[in-house]
Amino acid sequence: MANARSEILSRIREALKVVAPKPHFKSEPHGNSAAQNAKPWLPDGGATMTARLDLLTENLAKLKANLIRVPDATAAQQALQSIAQAKHWKKVAYHSHPLVAPAVEALLCEKWEVTSSFDKQKLEACDAGVTSCEAIVAQLGSILVSSVSSGGRSLSILPHVHVVIATVDQVTADLEGCFSDMLARHGQKLPSMLSFITGPSRTGDIERILVLGAHGPKELYVILVG
Amino acid sequence: MSNAKEIFLKEATTAAADGPQRIFINKALGGYYANRDIQKARFRDWERARDAASLAKWEAVNDLANTLETFVTKFESNGGKVHWARDAEEARQIMLRLIAAANAKAVVKSKCMTTEEIHLNDALEKAGYSVVESDLGEFIQQLRGEAPYHFVFPCMHVKREEISALFTKHLGTAATNSPEELTMIARRHLRQLYVDADVGITGANFLVAETGQISITENEGNARLTAALPRIHIALSGIEKVVKKLDDLSVLLPMLATAGAGQPMTCYNTLYSGPRKPGECDGPEEFHLVLLDNARTQLLADPEQRDSLHCIRCGACLNVCPIFKNIGGLAYGTTYQGPIGSVITPHLRGLKQWNHLSGASSLCGACTDACPVRIDLHHHLLHNRRNANQTSPTLFDRLFHRGFNFVISRPRLFALGGRVFRFTLPVLKKIPLPYLSAWLKTRDLPSAPAQSFRQQWKDSSHG
Repeated sequence: MANARSEILSRIREALKVVAPKPHFKSEPHGNSAAQNAKPWLPDGGATMTARLDLLTENLAKLKANLIRVPDATAAQQALQSIAQAKHWKKVAYHSHPLVAPAVEALLCEKWEVTSSFDKQKLEACDAGVTSCEAIVAQLGSILVSSVSSGGRSLSILPHVHVVIATVDQVTADLEGCFSDMLARHGQKLPSMLSFITGPSRTGDIERILVLGAHGPKELYVILVG
Repeated sequence: MSNAKEIFLKEATTAAADGPQRIFINKALGGYYANRDIQKARFRDWERARDAASLAKWEAVNDLANTLETFVTKFESNGGKVHWARDAEEARQIMLRLIAAANAKAVVKSKCMTTEEIHLNDALEKAGYSVVESDLGEFIQQLRGEAPYHFVFPCMHVKREEISALFTKHLGTAATNSPEELTMIARRHLRQLYVDADVGITGANFLVAETGQISITENEGNARLTAALPRIHIALSGIEKVVKKLDDLSVLLPMLATAGAGQPMTCYNTLYSGPRKPGECDGPEEFHLVLLDNARTQLLADPEQRDSLHCIRCGACLNVCPIFKNIGGLAYGTTYQGPIGSVITPHLRGLKQWNHLSGASSLCGACTDACPVRIDLHHHLLHNRRNANQTSPTLFDRLFHRGFNFVISRPRLFALGGRVFRFTLPVLKKIPLPYLSAWLKTRDLPSAPAQSFRQQWKDSSHG
């Protein structure tokens, strides 16, 4: 059998011998490349921190995610406690992170720290998963979690409620800035999973009617410290 | 007439005559239009965003060999394994081999049109594996034993009562009229299957050459679960999905969400760059990616229509297409429906058998206007019609054009013909004519003028 890789690549090279004209645009899509934010035609991400936080608040509300602003770690712990009580949580999964662990450990219900080789079935039975995140994107209301910073791949998707605890300085303006931050932070060693979470899990597959909690969390809480 | 064409004509005629169903589809799309417009307005300049999206795809597709090689090197350095498949059969064999090597029993799948393209489920079931579609729409279609109706909204044509009856029949659940409850039934049913599956199969929306990541876009979280819980993750992707830079996604992800479903961003946009890494507490042990050609390189070889490989499968062209809205998605008989399906299917599966789809268009251009990556869709439908005519004209086309040539190049004969036609038209209007009667069933033939155009011209001051 001939090598499929070399055969496909040579088919491609053969096909591309005839050049297709570069698309012609009325305007230059690259924008002002000198500026840091060179995509002034995408949705706005907010120029100042105040603008970003306003945008984030608005976007999360539209996405039916719950944003809770708190001044410090103690208040974050209280906020988490009151959600746990209101929702009658029995078991909460979390991962060890300086923002997350102290808040969860103060809860009165059963707590379970997700470490290597955990039982999937046990995680599925948890009422909530509490994680930190890599960044929050104001432009879209997206929370970026990773397999490194957020307790692996399952913790933010398998339990029925997802709570993110983050600090205000993790809020970035837009996707573009977020990508360059990620490349700068992780370099060649990117986490095996980076996931932008934009609101609680949803579907419109039945008559295009919105239902939350299709397969992932039905509720998403963001506790923002600072 | 090709078999595909015969089926198409029959199905399209039936679907177009189903008034209530058309109203149902249009109502479902109404919500999409409203949300799409709200999200488009949030872009500071949607047209320039389209330029950027189209340029990002142009740069990758027109340097496809190098971009793919960069991607593959990077992907494998992250610990994943790439497999190349020249066609559907090779892709199926590779995936069957991987699943057999894993000693797997149960396979869970997230939505992936490319697996529909290669009819993977049939092959897996024949080999004795249980395969479950986990996307709600795909799950419903799998239970119905029907192909997806729309490649983004697979079961948009199915009413909630039918879904309720379907779940009662297959899952033994009580009847309900609530989309919320129906969704929860599927959720409960599928959760255990993720936990038990040995292999998870996903598609890929983008492959990022710069970082060797694959990007998956979804709303439900089923792809996240599929790539988190099973021991082995296998992704299948067409070779054209690659983009050069991670930053290209800062344009493409929001545009895919807005054009595809009227959202600012799809609920989960996830980048995978390998199996579980040291220090990570879960994730698959193995990560395989199957890169599929399956005639994409033939489409690439046509510079005129090469931009149809820019497609990000958002489905916006289906949602605005008057043909799709009237005949629905099943009549096409293709994996990819609507305008983009009509453009690419003749390349992927043969122009002679599938050219009729390019005729099923009003050429209104709504698809081209809707396309976030500016594919010149309605012109490509014309290109397909022209190419079909050049390579395999029908007997009618050949005779008609020969006759037309003969008459038009003989002015006296042309004038005589015109005169005969003008005199006989009142009679012709009264008798049913072959070919024309279908067209005239809903239209009036205009009356002929007293004089020919050439005579009028001569009589006027120009003469």
